Amino acid sequence: MWDYTEKVKDHFFNPRNAGSLDNASAVGEVGSISCGDALRLMLKVDPETETILDASFQTFGCGSAIASSSALTEIIKGKTLDEALKVSNQDIADFLDGLPPEKMHCSVMGREALQAAVANYRGETWRDDHEEGALVCKCFAIDATLIEDTVRANGLSTVQDVVNFTKAGGGCSSCHEGIEEILAKVMAERGEQFRPAPVAPAKAAPKPGKLNNLERIRRIEQVIESVRPTLQRDHGDLELIDVDGKTVYVSMTGACAGCQMESVTLAGIQQKLVEELNEMIRVVPTRAGDYARACGV
Amino acid sequence: MSPIYLDNNATTRCDPAVVEAMLPYFTEQFGNPSSMHSFGNRVGLAIKKARMQVQALLGAEQDSEIVFTSCGTESDSTAILSALKAQPERRELITTTVEHPAILSLCQHLEKDGYRVHYLAVDGKGRLDLDAYRRLLSERVAIVSAMWANNESGTLFPVEAMAQMAHEAGVMFHTDAVQAVGKVPIDMAANRIDLLSLSGHKLHAPKGIGVLYVRRGTRFRPLLRGGHQERGRRAGTENTASIVGLGVAAELALTHMEHENTVVRELRDRLEAGILARVPHAFATGDTANRLPNTSNIAFEYVEGEAILLLLNKLGIAGSSGSACTSGSLEPSHVMRAMGIPYTAAHGTVRFSLSRSNTAEEIDRVIEAVPPVIAQLRKLSPYWSGDGPVTEPDKAFAPVYA
Repeated sequence: MWDYTEKVKDHFFNPRNAGSLDNASAVGEVGSISCGDALRLMLKVDPETETILDASFQTFGCGSAIASSSALTEIIKGKTLDEALKVSNQDIADFLDGLPPEKMHCSVMGREALQAAVANYRGETWRDDHEEGALVCKCFAIDATLIEDTVRANGLSTVQDVVNFTKAGGGCSSCHEGIEEILAKVMAERGEQFRPAPVAPAKAAPKPGKLNNLERIRRIEQVIESVRPTLQRDHGDLELIDVDGKTVYVSMTGACAGCQMESVTLAGIQQKLVEELNEMIRVVPTRAGDYARACGV
Repeated sequence: MSPIYLDNNATTRCDPAVVEAMLPYFTEQFGNPSSMHSFGNRVGLAIKKARMQVQALLGAEQDSEIVFTSCGTESDSTAILSALKAQPERRELITTTVEHPAILSLCQHLEKDGYRVHYLAVDGKGRLDLDAYRRLLSERVAIVSAMWANNESGTLFPVEAMAQMAHEAGVMFHTDAVQAVGKVPIDMAANRIDLLSLSGHKLHAPKGIGVLYVRRGTRFRPLLRGGHQERGRRAGTENTASIVGLGVAAELALTHMEHENTVVRELRDRLEAGILARVPHAFATGDTANRLPNTSNIAFEYVEGEAILLLLNKLGIAGSSGSACTSGSLEPSHVMRAMGIPYTAAHGTVRFSLSRSNTAEEIDRVIEAVPPVIAQLRKLSPYWSGDGPVTEPDKAFAPVYA
């Protein structure tokens, strides 16, 4: 069974604002191809100020779809339409203290219903701007369509490229077979043949010998800087706080803070540091308790 | 109130008699059955007994036809890969669209290696077209693999007739009987099935033990090579405690076969009739006149299965669902799709699978518990209004799918 947070369970068992709304001034109806769930969001909007006076939903879907719908209505009530449109699916997930990666699309559906409802209110037609495919990377909830498009657009040819561009495959690595298949397919389209990386790197770059303190800190900074763009793409960030012997303290901010994947992200950074510095390194988030929670302790 | 377990097609509770029989094989009976000394010899004898107990349950002619494996999936893979290896000139397979992933994923993988796989379709009740099947049989086909009973709907396939047809065409026949063994009588001596898979944990034995039945004379190539265990057909030191447990479970299954097909069947029928009488817009899926005695798969229209399970779980009732959201892959049940069940119903299928430990009181509690759960969720559903579905549900609610 899914590992739902208490907040998700609460919003599923006691959904807020469920049912139809009489005289709704805006209605958004969207569904998710990937799981078949569907949602109708109804809003009552003050025509003067465009403030959302009331919101309610009807959902045909699983526990997290119902909880996401409930959370969405709670978040947007009292906001103006423009403010509400700034609500991201990550905000919905955060409101619920996180969703399992496989269920992130439930929060996406909520955000889309909101966009559709606002478009409906303003007399526009909402059109979905992304297509969802089969889930490939379960660690970072990345689907086949996104990987395929990215491989095609950037002419990628290795699994490592895909990890760098999309993050897919950067966690547990069990989806690498699936990524290789996508690479083989897209590369065949452009008349190339996918060649897997050799099992053992031909000649590993010479590992640094003994570094002095300054060199060591610089090297650590370089590694931290190299992962930041990837995190920033997901509206998160990371800051180097301190280095104490073999322990590297970092602070995770934005969407990374409290993200369910925090432990995976940190483990990846730690691995990079170990390889770069050729010594055992421990990466510790400075907000005490967060790491423990991410580990489920 | 004590919880009610109605998910026995997923797994069963180990019978206490099974556990008791197993325990000595973790402690004083720790020997390796291959050893010369008496530590090993006694364990070897216990395995021999277990093999005969499984032989009896399957009605097999020879105890040497029983090969112990680690699970149903291993048995399935061994059977199919053996047939391909033994007949390299045959490059086609026949299976069905509603098989367990243990077969389907393997077949899809084999397609990538250049094999041609024919997937037999099913009708709205999950039944096969045997004429279509007959037309596919040829000397190009290495093996047919069809399940004895479907795990989701419980629908039984006429595997004995299909095996006879395959035999006449000179084609090997395998059946994944993981759901059937222990629930319906099986007599391998009287049919032409060449290979059969079973899994211990579906019949009150532990997880991690399975069997591949290999009819005497069937050309066979092992999946695992190594030691001489299982007459060289499955190398690797025997899982002695679990084999002993499976033997006891097989004997118990044979003893309870009539109970399963009378008492359990009546409880299942009572559950299904009780729910369908109280919940409108719900129906049983599959070939209801020809299915496992313990399985009822009910589609509740306009609501979603995971939501139903979560609410039932809160009431201490355990079932399972074919909805997309309950599977790790987020794919809706391929079995329900193959039967052409509409999306708004397939999404809300719930499988109740009973065992000999369920009681009439439990069934009555479930019959009482289900209707309010469905009603509660329908209140949230955009397809529902008041006491019934909205008129023309497809037009009244037409979301933009993304």
